[in-house]
Amino acid sequence: MTRETIALKIKRQDAPGAKPYWNVFKLPYLPHANVISCLQEIQRNPVTADGKTVTPVTWDCNCLEEVCGSCTMLINGRVRQACTALVDILEDPIVLKPMSKFPVVRDLQVDRSRMFENLKKIKGWIEIDGSYDIGEGPVFPEKIREKAYALSQCMTCGCCLEACPQFTLTNDFMGAATFSQVRYFNLHPTGAMNKEERLEAVMKSGGIADCGNAQVCVEVCPKKIPLTESIAEIGRETTLQLLKNLVLK
Amino acid sequence: MPKREKKIIVIGGGLAGLSATMKICEFKVKVTLVSFQPVKRSHSVCAQGGINAAIDTKGEGDSPEIHFYDTVKGGDFLAHQPLVRDMCHQGPAIIRLMDRMGVAFNRTPEGHLDFRRFGGTLYSRTAFAGATTGQQLVYALDEQVRRHERDGLVQKLEWHEYLGAVVDGAGVCRGAVVHDLRAGNIFAIAADAVVLATGGPGQLYARSTNSTVCTGSAAASAYHQGAKYANGEFFQIHPTAIPGQDKLRLMSESARGEGGRIWVPRDPGDNRDPLKIPEEDRYYFLEENHPLFGNLVPRDVASREIYDVVYNRKLGVGGQPMVYLDLTHQPPELLERRLGGIIDIYRKFTGQDPSRVPMKIFPAVHYSMGGLWVDYEGDGHGMIDHKSPRNQMTSIPGLYAAGEVDYQYHGANRLGANSLLSCIYTGLLIGPGVVRYCDNLDKGHDAVPSSLFDQAKKNWDNRFAEIKRMNGRENPYALHRELGDLLLTNVLIVRENKKLLETLDGIDGIEARFKDIKCLDTSDWSNPTPSFINQLYNMVHLSRIIAKGALLRDECRGAHYKPEFDLNQPDRFDPHEFIDYLEKKHYGPPREEDYPPGHLAYMQRFEANEEEWLKTTIAQYKNNGPEISYEAVDLSLVTPRPRKYD
Repeated sequence: MTRETIALKIKRQDAPGAKPYWNVFKLPYLPHANVISCLQEIQRNPVTADGKTVTPVTWDCNCLEEVCGSCTMLINGRVRQACTALVDILEDPIVLKPMSKFPVVRDLQVDRSRMFENLKKIKGWIEIDGSYDIGEGPVFPEKIREKAYALSQCMTCGCCLEACPQFTLTNDFMGAATFSQVRYFNLHPTGAMNKEERLEAVMKSGGIADCGNAQVCVEVCPKKIPLTESIAEIGRETTLQLLKNLVLK
Repeated sequence: MPKREKKIIVIGGGLAGLSATMKICEFKVKVTLVSFQPVKRSHSVCAQGGINAAIDTKGEGDSPEIHFYDTVKGGDFLAHQPLVRDMCHQGPAIIRLMDRMGVAFNRTPEGHLDFRRFGGTLYSRTAFAGATTGQQLVYALDEQVRRHERDGLVQKLEWHEYLGAVVDGAGVCRGAVVHDLRAGNIFAIAADAVVLATGGPGQLYARSTNSTVCTGSAAASAYHQGAKYANGEFFQIHPTAIPGQDKLRLMSESARGEGGRIWVPRDPGDNRDPLKIPEEDRYYFLEENHPLFGNLVPRDVASREIYDVVYNRKLGVGGQPMVYLDLTHQPPELLERRLGGIIDIYRKFTGQDPSRVPMKIFPAVHYSMGGLWVDYEGDGHGMIDHKSPRNQMTSIPGLYAAGEVDYQYHGANRLGANSLLSCIYTGLLIGPGVVRYCDNLDKGHDAVPSSLFDQAKKNWDNRFAEIKRMNGRENPYALHRELGDLLLTNVLIVRENKKLLETLDGIDGIEARFKDIKCLDTSDWSNPTPSFINQLYNMVHLSRIIAKGALLRDECRGAHYKPEFDLNQPDRFDPHEFIDYLEKKHYGPPREEDYPPGHLAYMQRFEANEEEWLKTTIAQYKNNGPEISYEAVDLSLVTPRPRKYD
């Protein structure tokens, strides 16, 4: 039997603090559809399964090929990007909910600015002298580069934080993405010059010590970033830093 | 006299916007950075294969001069030459800078930067970070801008959309009007200069490789305010993308740079598993037709060849518009290390592993060579004066443009891995010039009467109130799809005047129906619909620039191909014959017998065509549509000649 429709059940909320509600949509089946193309279809015909015209569902997206991290949401209970969620391999009805660990803006849109603020706290950058041409960057082995590249693909999408039992809407836990970025910048020969400042940043409240080691972050990362390795390494490094501080300060 | 505080607004947080912001901050000038989304999610992250710079680490004898020649030739000589030359000479410095900023570029065994081949050149000139180079470059620049943000030099307005420039009675840009996409309110910001780094307009087409924010709306807004728009008809169709419903996902040219081969079965009825088809039954059409460049011919050439094989020769895989892009002969660990990102994308969207099964791909709308007209100032020695306030300024004083939204680096066809370069180059180039422009202003932004900003805000408030009152029958998103289908059908790889005329009629029809739109959502909070309706209005007008430019340009140049005007280059023609012909012309009328049969006539056709068409298309908004005129191209460094890649 060929499939004729796609059913979507979507949790909606008009504004922060507003009461959430559900809409069900039935769309004509199209081959190779993904969750984004379904949401776009709803924009073109915002009518629910019971015939009610509603406002189009709002969601965030941009690249539609899983490199921008924008369209992260809960799809059939699992946190992931909507663009790579292919209808043909999803159970029907497809249930869409906004991420639960970030404040809802509207419908499937959430505010993840906390993640970007954390990148400021850990000094997530290489302290270059300036953008003028002062010659080559440091020479370093391909092996280190490969390690760094695995970490540098973090899209700040928030999947790891959504899955983390330690990370909540209201606490100040930084979470795996941030710890992994500390490791990333400390791995670079120039970045390592500010290594201690970054370690200190994750030794405060909300830092690495609060990690409960549930290890779910690594399971949901769409880019397969070795997050638990990062956590373990930053854990070791901060312990050493702590000892150093005790002896030297 | 106390130095007045300067303020610059940068619109867009992709490579051009971020590098402009970083550079301006180095002059201790405050920047307000406006972006649709967190800048880290900008469309530049979609760039995959790499960034060009002639560093010649492989002893091939590459140089910035050869890079310059490849680029102007790749663009069919439509780009201003001193600009391209300056960009190519800055390439190595840009790569070194990005490397110092921590970009995880792939490295050689000795730990230096590695380079690979790309289209339209015979040299290994492309630095890369796996196959997510754009993403890695954006992140590095995003990090530097975050550092300036911490230091208080950058104020980010993310989730804000640029609506238009604030232009005073003398025609000078004094700020920008922006729309808060969360709260829904509209406000004007005063500034000494505004930089548009808003990317290309891929969303004009129903399906493209572009992100959803790439509507070209900011450029169209500038055009409506009097800025010139140049070379709109030159739209790059990338030869290799995965077909899809919502988007055509790019399969980087680097796949071919790493040995990928394009082929179809010789027999159109051959339905065997591709791996079971022996070499002799495979038609490697790019390699056969272009033995010198093979699979790495420039994109316009490759897309036309694929089009020809699929539609004229009916050789598409399984009768479908698809050809194979084959990497199965390469070791999986090499693919993982050098192409991991795109291999992953292909796997996720098709469920198939490119290291085991040839990928099925087809050309897709990818990049606009055209864009806002911008100025530049040469240094008198074939390069650019980096301090000139004229660099990258649109025809509205104080309004600048950088990155894909400008027009001047890629001529009629962009070479792969040159866009990341031009985006960063223009961003960096803008810095000193725009700061000097601010210094030279008769009065600073804080001395401009507030009534100017109040009026600009009021105009946009009224416009959005009007949009929200629209209560007709047309769905704006469905109408957008129709516009996109129209362009996708008629203004693509092969163009015909009859169809272009129909397109212009079609656009008129869509514009008429636009008035009958229903604003599906009239709430204030985080409501994308009114904003989209405004973008759609802008897209209608941009489409017209593209279609009309294409209709009027009766020739073939780069990505703009009209078979009716093909000059039919003879098979064994050598482009140097044309240089010889130009030389000999000085000594008397050319003689037929000096050249192989048919070649002289071809060269004369070519020369006449260059005389008529080697010029920049300029569109200006007059009477609700584009008025088209033409400007000379700066050809001061290299003699244009017929392109050939065999």
